[in-house]
Amino acid sequence: MKIPLARIAHARSGDKGDVSNIGVIAYKEQDYTILVREVTAERVKAHFNEFVKGKVERFELPNLWALNFVMHEALDGGGTISLRADAQGKTLGAALLRMEIEVPDTDALR
Amino acid sequence: MIRIANGQGFWGDWLEAPVRLVEQGPIDYLILDYLAEVTMSILQKQRKADPSLGYARDFPPLMARMARMLRDRNVKVLANAGGINPIACAREVRRLAPNLKIAIVLGDDVLDRIDEFLAQGQEMLNIDTGEPLSKIRDKITSANAYIGAFPLAQALATGADVVITGRCADAALALAPMIHRFDWKADDWNRLSAGIIAGHIVECGAQCTGGNCIADWQNIPDFANIGYPIVEAEHDGTFSITEHPGTGGRVNLETVKEQLLYEIGDPRQYITPDVIADFTSIRLAQAGPDRVRATGIAGAPRTDMLKVSISYAWGWKAAGTLIYSAPQALEKARVADRIVRERLEQLGLEFDAVYTEFFGVNALHGATAEPCPEPPEVQLRMGARGYDRKAVDRFTREMIPLVLTGPPTGTGYGEGRPSVREVIAYWPALVAREMIQTRVEVIE
Repeated sequence: MKIPLARIAHARSGDKGDVSNIGVIAYKEQDYTILVREVTAERVKAHFNEFVKGKVERFELPNLWALNFVMHEALDGGGTISLRADAQGKTLGAALLRMEIEVPDTDALR
Repeated sequence: MIRIANGQGFWGDWLEAPVRLVEQGPIDYLILDYLAEVTMSILQKQRKADPSLGYARDFPPLMARMARMLRDRNVKVLANAGGINPIACAREVRRLAPNLKIAIVLGDDVLDRIDEFLAQGQEMLNIDTGEPLSKIRDKITSANAYIGAFPLAQALATGADVVITGRCADAALALAPMIHRFDWKADDWNRLSAGIIAGHIVECGAQCTGGNCIADWQNIPDFANIGYPIVEAEHDGTFSITEHPGTGGRVNLETVKEQLLYEIGDPRQYITPDVIADFTSIRLAQAGPDRVRATGIAGAPRTDMLKVSISYAWGWKAAGTLIYSAPQALEKARVADRIVRERLEQLGLEFDAVYTEFFGVNALHGATAEPCPEPPEVQLRMGARGYDRKAVDRFTREMIPLVLTGPPTGTGYGEGRPSVREVIAYWPALVAREMIQTRVEVIE
């Protein structure tokens, strides 16, 4: 069944110039494998299609049960140039947690 | 063990935090991180208007307020409050808190050396875009190298009460006391990496003690009295993150992990002036109430290059808002947006971009937000940027007329027309490490 990513993970996002990164962290160690399987760079790029003009890279941090997404050309020029109210990408982590992921029914019920 | 506390995550952070850190429990070092890239551009504008400015102006009065308690409790201060004018900053601290011994770290400011660097084959291509520096050479307003923790440790070794730096790596503020007190060497890669990672965790202040934390934020005990972070650093490179007992934040695996992942790229290669830190080596454990312990951290040798942050005059921008009420709030805001765009087009003005957001609908989360067919109100926000100040100025005059000439129920224009702001943009580049020479000056 499908659940929002927010059910199994938390996140934080920020900026470096026109790059925004999102750290996504599983609340429970056993759910890290679900993150790795479901939250791919391709899906994140599609999720943010409207904002992210460049590539999306994914890095794995199994020690923190976490993934780091680095999204290029994500902030309308970034820093002082951007015209977006959220020029630093502070809310993109929360936006990513809206993503629907597929989990086995037994997992979703716990 | 030494205790290093961070009382400021950016210029504009909570003014009470540094005072409370010193009053509410034992610490050895108080670090204050004032400089974000956006801050550097603000400082640049201030120095342009007045050559005696260009530093974090909150810092000297703070030192005056705290001078006595710093002395009484033997707390040393390290702050990058110097911005692009550390000498002026030190003079003002001297004037307001004459009993404090001050050391300044100089050498990060390379504005006057750009041509020398170019002549010596330092291309300073834009790290992000690969473009050559010639594109902006005549528009450069500041250039600062990110210096590491060793010059800061050297400044602490003078016995100064207050160490003032300009542009250093943020996390170097936390690493420097460890180098100073534990006598870590320049090739102690694992321990330097641990110090940098401790610094990274605390450099945004309360953002590792419950502030801006998505995980279970409703149950952060007391945001109003949130504790700022303290690193308890050991000689062997292990450390704990905590807050003073009785303060209102939370330090657990979730709050610390969120901050570890904040504003990083490749976690195996977090490049700093002193070491390449490996975030995948960190082992975290809850070691008590509001206490997370970190062990196992590894690092790799530093690179031959230092990052230089160059600022340049890009152009101008402005943003303004109007609010529309239901019914048809979103439809009204969309019509208003189209009217402004049509009028700007009729004027024949050129912009690099005109950007529109609809607050209350999808401004922050775009298409990922759930549909909201009939919002009770919508705030229209329009921004424009360009190289022609006059065009941007004219844009600021096109919002308020909508109240009488556009769709009904436009309001919320009480702040008047938006102001035009100069855009100072950033050009990140690299130079060979040997080009940068730092020095420490003491003001008795």
